[in-house]
Amino acid sequence: MNNSLSVKHLLGIKQLTPEDIQLIFHHAEKFKKVINQPIKKVPSLRDITIANLFFENSTRTKLSFELAEKRLSADIVNFSSSGSSVKKGETLIDTVNNILSMKIDMVVMRHSSPGAPHFLKENTNTVIVNAGDGTHEHPTQGLLDSFSIREKIGDLKGKKVAIVGDIKHSRVALSNIFCLQKQGAEVMVCGPATLIPRHIKELGVQVEYDLVKAVEWADAVNMLRIQIERQASCDKEVPNFPSLREYSNLYQLNKEVLIKAKNKPLILHPGPINRGVEITTELADGEQSVVLQQVENGVAIRMAVIYLLASHIKR
Amino acid sequence: MKPKVLLDKKLFELIINRLCYELIENHDDFRNTVIIGIQPRGVVLAELIYRRLKKIAPKIALQYGALDITFFRDDFRRREDPVLANTTKIDFLIEGKRVILVDDVLFTGRTIRSAFDALLAFGRPDAIELLVLIERRFSLQVPVNPKYVGKSVDSIASQRVLVKWKIDGEPDKVILHTSTDE
Repeated sequence: MNNSLSVKHLLGIKQLTPEDIQLIFHHAEKFKKVINQPIKKVPSLRDITIANLFFENSTRTKLSFELAEKRLSADIVNFSSSGSSVKKGETLIDTVNNILSMKIDMVVMRHSSPGAPHFLKENTNTVIVNAGDGTHEHPTQGLLDSFSIREKIGDLKGKKVAIVGDIKHSRVALSNIFCLQKQGAEVMVCGPATLIPRHIKELGVQVEYDLVKAVEWADAVNMLRIQIERQASCDKEVPNFPSLREYSNLYQLNKEVLIKAKNKPLILHPGPINRGVEITTELADGEQSVVLQQVENGVAIRMAVIYLLASHIKR
Repeated sequence: MKPKVLLDKKLFELIINRLCYELIENHDDFRNTVIIGIQPRGVVLAELIYRRLKKIAPKIALQYGALDITFFRDDFRRREDPVLANTTKIDFLIEGKRVILVDDVLFTGRTIRSAFDALLAFGRPDAIELLVLIERRFSLQVPVNPKYVGKSVDSIASQRVLVKWKIDGEPDKVILHTSTDE
């Protein structure tokens, strides 16, 4: 196993090699032990300062990154665009360069524009971790989803994972597809045709419109959230499906679907859950669900990513 | 130059036995004592000593753990190639216990210093005693004093002291390599 990542930034899973992913998992396992110790902290990043720039709303990702950074003993500053000079018209590069001139070593950024972290990488001089860029990628989520599946059913090579729901607006879907494929898993996407990107087959994934068939096929299903806010902003005129009720009738994961499919796959959900829409409470909290483990693993994965990227920062 | 054998199998055995008897002398029935090996090579030695102690005195109640110090090293971001993390496995608290910390070779002392930090996560021990198979003299960079020493050797910084274990496919022995060996 290599001792360091092949990349200097985490912009997306697309740029990672399979070895990088294994290295991140290897360290995440160790960090998971650390966060379960009586003292949940290591001093590795004592002189590193990290800025969390959230230009878009987030609760769990932001909390998870913050916790990961604190567990590694980094100093952190938080920024959210509401109430900042962004509202006065400051450009992204100006905002970030101003923050960087306060001697920041690493930037964790969430932004509503796909490619924003790539743009920042070209125009600033810092280490960048993508915490979600629009509908593009959410690499740490992809990693933690794979890590959670791996923990339960072992090596992903040859395993079948179905991603169900709003594929079109989901950065989680794309990161998951890349991450799973790089580990040799088979990936299927499932949802109404209007929520499946037209050329997605070119990524080498199977497309299925029938939830029962997808559940029957899969070792694990990742139920995505219906992104009501993005439906409204992108497709105001032509909705992607007639109503939430109709969506739940066809694509809700519930007990009946599992019975029809005669299969009990592992159930993942990146959160926040719209209970009663894409999944029933019974299954979201049931024994096949790893939703809460995903949250715990999220901290360990983010610690691993930050730790490995920080090892490139010279003193 | 041919590598010099510092400890052959026979001497190795004698020393392990002596270290065990020294431990028994100081720790009686080990009720309040835990033994913790530092990953990776200290764990092999700690295991060996643990098994030997159990053989000599089957009734002792000794707990045993493995400690990885990677995240506590003081050379993070100073090395070209980062160190790959290993596994910590300590299923007990060390609060109020006497800890026997075990490593194969004591060289600069920095690993041991990091281990002190790493141990704090598991409580405040009553005392920490250090046991090493080989103490390289005149090379300490921090003040660390082992209580139990297998053998003290004089070596220069460019030389390497290598402990070969049975698990490496060779009989247990300790070798001194000089930089011109390879």
